[in-house]
Amino acid sequence: MASNGMKIAIVGGGLAGLAAAMKIAEAGHAVDLFSVVPVKRSHSVCAQGAINGAVNTKGEGDSTWEHFDDTVYGGDFLADQPPAKAMCEMAPSIIYLFDRMGVPFSRTNEGLLDFRRFGGTKHHRTAFAGASTGQQLLYALDEQVRRFEVQGKVRKFEHWEMMSLVLDDHQVCRGLIAMDLQTLELKAFPADAVIMATGGPGLIFGKSTNSMVCTGSAVSACYQQGARYANGEFIQVHPTSIPGEDKLRLMSESARGEGGRVWVPRNKGDVRPPSSIPEKERLYFLEEQYPAYGNLVPRDIATRAIFQVCLEGMGIGGQNQVYLDLTHIPAETLDRKLGAILEIYEMFVGDDPRHVPMRIFPGVHYSMGGLWVDYNQRTNIPGLLAAGECDFSIHGANRLGANSLVSCVYGGFIAAPAAIEYAKNLQRNGADGSRIYDQELKLQQEINDKLIKQSGDENQYVLHQEMGKWMTDNVTVVRYNDRLKETDKKLLELMDRYKRISINDSNLWATMALPHARHLANMLELARVITLGALNRNESRGAHFKPEFPDRDDENFLKTTIAEYSGEGPVFSYLPVDISLIKPRKRDYSKGKTETAKV
Amino acid sequence: MSAHPRTTTPPKTVEIHIRRRANPDSPQYWEQFEIPYRPNLNIISCLMEIQKNPVNKAGERTTPPVWHMNCLEQVCGICTMIINGRARQSCSALVDNLEQPIRLEPMSKFPNVRDLIVDRSQMFDHLKRVDAMVEFDGTYHLVTRPRMIQDDVQERYAYSRCMTCGCCLEACPQYEGDHYIGPQAIAQVRLFNMHPSGAMNRTDRLEGIMQEDGITNCGNAQNCVKACPMNIPLTRAIYEENRETVLHGLLGWLKG
Repeated sequence: MASNGMKIAIVGGGLAGLAAAMKIAEAGHAVDLFSVVPVKRSHSVCAQGAINGAVNTKGEGDSTWEHFDDTVYGGDFLADQPPAKAMCEMAPSIIYLFDRMGVPFSRTNEGLLDFRRFGGTKHHRTAFAGASTGQQLLYALDEQVRRFEVQGKVRKFEHWEMMSLVLDDHQVCRGLIAMDLQTLELKAFPADAVIMATGGPGLIFGKSTNSMVCTGSAVSACYQQGARYANGEFIQVHPTSIPGEDKLRLMSESARGEGGRVWVPRNKGDVRPPSSIPEKERLYFLEEQYPAYGNLVPRDIATRAIFQVCLEGMGIGGQNQVYLDLTHIPAETLDRKLGAILEIYEMFVGDDPRHVPMRIFPGVHYSMGGLWVDYNQRTNIPGLLAAGECDFSIHGANRLGANSLVSCVYGGFIAAPAAIEYAKNLQRNGADGSRIYDQELKLQQEINDKLIKQSGDENQYVLHQEMGKWMTDNVTVVRYNDRLKETDKKLLELMDRYKRISINDSNLWATMALPHARHLANMLELARVITLGALNRNESRGAHFKPEFPDRDDENFLKTTIAEYSGEGPVFSYLPVDISLIKPRKRDYSKGKTETAKV
Repeated sequence: MSAHPRTTTPPKTVEIHIRRRANPDSPQYWEQFEIPYRPNLNIISCLMEIQKNPVNKAGERTTPPVWHMNCLEQVCGICTMIINGRARQSCSALVDNLEQPIRLEPMSKFPNVRDLIVDRSQMFDHLKRVDAMVEFDGTYHLVTRPRMIQDDVQERYAYSRCMTCGCCLEACPQYEGDHYIGPQAIAQVRLFNMHPSGAMNRTDRLEGIMQEDGITNCGNAQNCVKACPMNIPLTRAIYEENRETVLHGLLGWLKG
């Protein structure tokens, strides 16, 4: 097969990275795939609910246009519309492809694919494999990529972490530097194009629903080398998570998709067990406030409502907790459709959600923002592409449930041919080649050496905790400008204290300390992008909510935030949003969509 | 998962003994740690606490123990270790349900990298050996509507939840090092042989598990199914694939 010696590097082995790897290898080209964990253990396995695709098999008049409209409306009109439309059009074929790859999607009585409802739509549009859909989809791609690995088209570098890009004198991406997480050896990997597929930055908030690899570190490195970061301030806080000591475990939206109801006792301070509280003494606040969508309003709306109820002291026992109730649904149905997530709750909390309502609270879940990309997933750095959660496209100011899996695969499927096309027409560096790799390698080695040598009185894990707490308290559900300013001051203080951390592990073999120190530096940079982006945006839109500016302000802020790195901090500018297909309208989930369209 | 009865008065501290190793060439040793008790601690939270301030029970500074972790929801499989003698995921091991002192050891059937980290890449190699995938025609769009019976889907779903954690191999008396492909790989054969398109390559998979160190190595100890954290019916998969290989062998002999 014609490959002209082309080599494409992919960073990240979740759904987006594996989707791209499969496409490139299928086209006959060589892939180097980097992942900090074995790819089968990537964060995509945590996606529980389902994958959206408007196949209209339920006689509801669903269409890809309707899916597109829900996506754009749910994202409060901040998404560039052409790629969102393209994703919705590709979605049904993505689902059928995974069906062909052997994903055990649930079936109907006729033996066809079954679909369930999710937030922000009135249609049964999400295909599901029990309640561990992300796991099943990831495994399907893992299997296909393993097939290409056997054929020698894909080289996997697992337990390797990208440290930086290698850029030439014209700011063109020529490969990357990665570190072996056992030996700490740094190595340069030349590549004709690099695709970032590293997922989200949840660890910036300390505890989130994200996996421990979701630091955003590699993406931050790209940003610091000149890649634009877009819409960083848009962080999705999922309405239903299970608070834990080490992380916030997700309780999938599919629980509400299958009929789960959110409530608190109507009377403040009612301490009776939930089963003894009669129906009329329960406040189903989502159903009351949003009769059209009820419990299936989009996530930003459900999150704010839960947050508000708890703020008013209406949470269970006055705590930051509300009930997510499935007990009215037959246990057999629950086991079949939601088994995997019920097991998680049971395992970590000890109660059986088939019989006792779950106690949940919102948790940081997803970043709508990420590396800026054009409609072919190309960043502003030639030769650098991005796909999946780490790019900013598709979801605007708020992502709809079950759109993440489809956007990951879509992004990978678009990035792959775009990277091939780019690499085909690429002038290679020639004799000058090795210099840029040596330079970058030396720079990265110096950073490591300095960290290893320095001894100060600051503890990197304490710094991480402080950053997480400040970010969670001030840069999540409700945002105030004075607190955002304070948070940025705090971040600057943490950056200063970072200079005095010491690596507390004298054994460098397979140490966790040095990689964490590298992550922390990168997380702090991105935290500033998120915080200052939020400070600058004086409006409320999707997941970004400021009581001082409670309305959406299309005149001033219907635009994409762009952050560019400078030594003095992020420099902000704005790009227009492509709204060429659907005219922005007010988002109102108390009414059906046809009514909002009329206004 | 059987929960131990919770003690009525919570302990003030958690005592943890960790079987450590500095690197693959140095010997293993035990080190004891003690951390303050908090409600709802899992093993990962304990390890994070020790990592933050690596001082052992005797009050001496030491190197922080290392381990692998990722999803913390028992779905990625990476944080598997031996806890009080049993291989399981450390994220879902709650301190309140464990007898103290809590003993943490690396899995014993895989090369020990450092402390609680092992190298399980051989499990992925076994998946290559048994052709655990659907060999579909290509990623291009084909309008196909394979019909499947929900009961079959349910059975496949159970096999499809395998997170390659290695608990079954740790428990299997037949598994030593990199030889026998083990229950996890056999269950994957079942997963793909049951799929209408996967069945096209059934023969390759059966021949994969009929080789040396294949399915006949199973000694029917049935430890695997008890050890599996995802409740995968591993013994059923072994039974079904055993039957398939016997029929396949017989058919081959008749044809031959």
